[in-house]
Amino acid sequence: MTLYGFLFYVLAAVVTASTAVAVTRRNLVHAVVYLIFSYFGTAMLFYLLGAPLLAALEVIIYAGAVMVLFLFVVMMIRVEASGEHFFPLSQWIPAALFSLVYLAAGSVLMLAAPGTEIPLKMLTAAPRDFGLYVLQNHWFFIEVISLLLLVALIGALQLGRKQEGLSREEEG
Amino acid sequence: MIVPFSHILLLAGVLFSLGMFCALARRNLIMIVLGIEIMLNGASIAFVGSALHWQQLEGQAFVLFILAVAAAEVSLGLAILLHAFRRTGSFDPEAYNSLK
Repeated sequence: MTLYGFLFYVLAAVVTASTAVAVTRRNLVHAVVYLIFSYFGTAMLFYLLGAPLLAALEVIIYAGAVMVLFLFVVMMIRVEASGEHFFPLSQWIPAALFSLVYLAAGSVLMLAAPGTEIPLKMLTAAPRDFGLYVLQNHWFFIEVISLLLLVALIGALQLGRKQEGLSREEEG
Repeated sequence: MIVPFSHILLLAGVLFSLGMFCALARRNLIMIVLGIEIMLNGASIAFVGSALHWQQLEGQAFVLFILAVAAAEVSLGLAILLHAFRRTGSFDPEAYNSLK
C-alpha cells in the first residue's frame, strides 16, 4: 500500500466516523461541529483525488458557509434537547436486516465490477485548467446556477418578510 | 497509485446511507436537512472518484453544480424551517399536522 493509499483509508475512516457520530447526536450543536470535521476530511479527500479547487470550495462553502448557517439557526432558537425519541427496537430489526442485505449486494457488485480493482493513478486537475474547462463547456449552466441562487435569495427574503406581515395581521 | 475505484464507491455509499439514516430516522427537521447534506456529500465523493477513474473533468464540474444546489437548498430550506417554527413552535415533523 502506498502512502497515498494509506492517507485515503485514514481520511475515509475519519470522515465515516465523524459523520456517524454526528448523525446520532441529540445535541444539534454537537452534530453540526462533528459534521464540520467530516467536511474537512472530505475536502482533503478531494485534494487527494486530484481536485484542489473543489477541495477549497468544499472548505469555503460547506464547512464555512453552510454549517455556520446551521449553527446560526440552532443558536437562534431554543430547541428542547431531550424531546426527541428514536424508533423502538422492534421497528429497527427489519430495517437493519434489509439494509444489510443491500449493503452486502452493493459491495459485491462494486468490488466485482470489471476494471475497478486497479489502483487509480495520481492525477491533479489544476484549478486554472478546471476553471477554464467549466467556463468553456458549461458556461450556460453557470448562469443557470447563478439564477437559482438569486431565486433562493429572493425566496428566503420573502419567507422572512411575509412572516412579519402575517403575525401583524394575527395581532390586529 | 491511490486506491481501487471500488473503495471510493464504497465510501460514497456508506456516507450516502448514513445521510439517508439521518434523514429518515431523526425526528428533528434540522437533522433531516443535515442528512440531505450528508447524502449530497457522498454523491460528490463518488463524482470526484469517477472523474479520476475515467480521467474526465465532467465529474468535477458536476460536483461544482452539486455545491451550488446544496447551498441554495440549505438557505431556502432553513428559511422555510424558521417560518414553520414560528407558527408551531416545534421542529418535530409531527407537529405540522394542520393545514391552516
